[in-house]
Amino acid sequence: MSVIAPKFKFSEFVKSILDNLFWFLLIFALIGVPLVQIILFYVEMPVINGELLTPFLALTWLADPSRTLPILKAFMTTDLFRIAAFPGFGFAALLAAGTIFVERKMLAKLQLRVGPFYCGKIEGILQLMGDGLKLLSKEIIIPAKADKPIFWAAPVIFVGAAAAFVALIPVAPGWVVADVDVGLLAVFAVIGFFPIITILSAWSANSKFPFIGGIRALHQMVSFEIPLILSLLGVVILTGTLNLSEIAASQSAFPWIVFLPVGAIVFFITILAELERIPFDLPEAESEIVAGWLTEFSGMMYGLVQLGTYLKLYAFAALFVVLFLGGWNGPMIWPPFPEEIITKGIEAGPITVQIPGLPLFSQETLNGIVWFVIKTVGVIFFILLPRGVFPRIRIDMLLSLGWYKLIGMAFINIFIALGLLYAGVLGPGGML
Amino acid sequence: MTAELPPGLALQKVDERIMTLNVGPQHPGSGHMRIIVQIDGDYIVACDPDPGYVHRGEEKMAEYRNYITNIPHLERPVIHDSCNILYPYVLGVEELLGIEVPERAKYIRVIASELNRCIYTMYWLAIYGIFLGHSTMFMWPAGDRELLIDLMEKMSGARVTHAHFVPGGVRNDLPPNFEDVCLRQVNYFEKRIKEYAAIFYDNPILIARTEKTGILSRQDAIRLGTTGSVLRASGVDYDLRKKEPYDVYDELDFQTNVLKEGDSYARSKVPWLDMMESCRIIRHALEKMPKSGSVRVKLKPNPKGGDDSVYKRVESGRGSLGCYIVSDKKPEPYRVKLSVGSFRNLIALPYLLKGEKLGNMPSVYWSLNYWPVEADR
Repeated sequence: MSVIAPKFKFSEFVKSILDNLFWFLLIFALIGVPLVQIILFYVEMPVINGELLTPFLALTWLADPSRTLPILKAFMTTDLFRIAAFPGFGFAALLAAGTIFVERKMLAKLQLRVGPFYCGKIEGILQLMGDGLKLLSKEIIIPAKADKPIFWAAPVIFVGAAAAFVALIPVAPGWVVADVDVGLLAVFAVIGFFPIITILSAWSANSKFPFIGGIRALHQMVSFEIPLILSLLGVVILTGTLNLSEIAASQSAFPWIVFLPVGAIVFFITILAELERIPFDLPEAESEIVAGWLTEFSGMMYGLVQLGTYLKLYAFAALFVVLFLGGWNGPMIWPPFPEEIITKGIEAGPITVQIPGLPLFSQETLNGIVWFVIKTVGVIFFILLPRGVFPRIRIDMLLSLGWYKLIGMAFINIFIALGLLYAGVLGPGGML
Repeated sequence: MTAELPPGLALQKVDERIMTLNVGPQHPGSGHMRIIVQIDGDYIVACDPDPGYVHRGEEKMAEYRNYITNIPHLERPVIHDSCNILYPYVLGVEELLGIEVPERAKYIRVIASELNRCIYTMYWLAIYGIFLGHSTMFMWPAGDRELLIDLMEKMSGARVTHAHFVPGGVRNDLPPNFEDVCLRQVNYFEKRIKEYAAIFYDNPILIARTEKTGILSRQDAIRLGTTGSVLRASGVDYDLRKKEPYDVYDELDFQTNVLKEGDSYARSKVPWLDMMESCRIIRHALEKMPKSGSVRVKLKPNPKGGDDSVYKRVESGRGSLGCYIVSDKKPEPYRVKLSVGSFRNLIALPYLLKGEKLGNMPSVYWSLNYWPVEADR
């Protein structure tokens, strides 16, 4: 015990905590509070019961708790909430973090190991937090001859591009950050950014292994983008729209995977390649080129790249769900909200509590979210599974797969879609 | 510029297209060595293996210790295969000192040697798996290896570096009930390694990736002096356990595995097939072993050899492993020379990698059944 901290004194420990608390409060009062107020001043605030919610009124829930839920509900209609919390970055980051944990535990079970176990007592549930703290506390080392501005910027742009991808995904009816009419084109545009970011970071590191990894990533992403785009054309032909919300809504009767299984298979394989997952993890092939284009990243820069990678994974899985598995559509499994809570309130012993502002989400929205999450998690599971089963393939095998087989299959898929359209089975004015 | 170069050095013309990669010694795909690879795009133009980072001077150390105290340090180069690397030394010392080994000790040695061959091969297979990006194939052999390590621990008291073989037999007799436990563990082990076919050896991606890469023809394999699984994968039926049987290998029933292809896939498959043969040998040896009797001849303290030399070799996990001992009537050997299979297999690497793709480098390199520490000695 004395070995760990030989000169430990409890009074000094308390003093250091009080010191930290003092500085934290001082900085928060002088900088934090004004900053929050300034931001709230510029954000467009909602209107509740005919009065504009000012930054000061937003804090009235402290005095009147019954205003909490109406204010929260009003916030939920703002763009800030959609971008930061749901269905934007926060929701996606939560699912991405869950993905990392599930991946580690699942792979461990597959390989007859235990996986994360100690951190957080219950099956290592806090391992991810520990890893994040470790990455934060690590020193960031930049190669001496690196092109520093680009090298610094690359992970940030990577996360930004992944977040932009997430913003295009509709999670439930009406719940999408950016509901653009050319949503699918926007997705292709965002996907087109990733090879550029990769090659920029690889080249700016000015090191041999990242360079080879970057070139490999460029080959891989460019040659798999074409089958990716072609495989989605079938869906666009049948729905006649590029808006992702409308594509998802069009599958209320049956998902497109029933009619376009070839396209779904091609799209799934290209997802694996775009995400650089085994068996297509050539840009990060450990035994050949150390860590590929990630070799020179250290500390939180590496952490940012990992965050971006898993956000991208979530976004691709969600895109698969939206395009082929019917998005949020599914039978109603969410129970209806009990009416008597709104009319009578909750009876807690002698007193009855009235909670105004309920329900926060409608039953349809919650049901949609549940189905969307179930389907996305299923797709993510199938994206993770090959890592335990397959070895890595080689660059020539990869290119021949991309340019010969997948493009051919994507064209077959387009012909199937056109056949269904002109036979009058599906599409605008079709039988089904 | 025509500067005077020291002898042995030469200037090399640098091509703009060619990039030199230092794969190792700090590289996840190299082991304790460096491979200097020159690549043109994705193709390897030239390759120069550069071992020697873990040289320990085992042979020189052996000249300062007597015949018995040489045992613990001579097994250090391959701690997973420590019985086999000690085997030729012990056989040689026995011949120098003129010791006759008890029958039971010979069987125990064969069992220990085969167990060690499996332990080594499992470790090698695990690394082969992770070199190909197959993380399950890294974890499974590393875990199943524990079965046999437990057996060796029961037998000798140590998980690795057993120091179990001594001139005149083995150090200790088997613990009670060892035969039953050994039979059970080995049967389960054999069942497990047969399961590897489904996930690894029959995996279409693995076959497409390693088949027809790094082909070593029969003539080249003989000409370059490769041994062990590399030689047998090229179609040469050469196994010292059959060709020059030592101890009781001539009384046991087993066969050698020979494949004709000579590519990375065949080279990775031969050790796996050999492990199944090892299980057969162990079962047969347990059956034929005398149930009781002495396991060690008592030696004089500080034994001295005559004015003589002896060369003995055995089939280790990596091929022929020879030991040349020169004695000059002193308690210490005058010279101990180890001739190891790893180094002889490494010689083939530059020939195999020339013209290959960079992605094939780890699989071809590790399929050569090469252990860096043993090669450096």
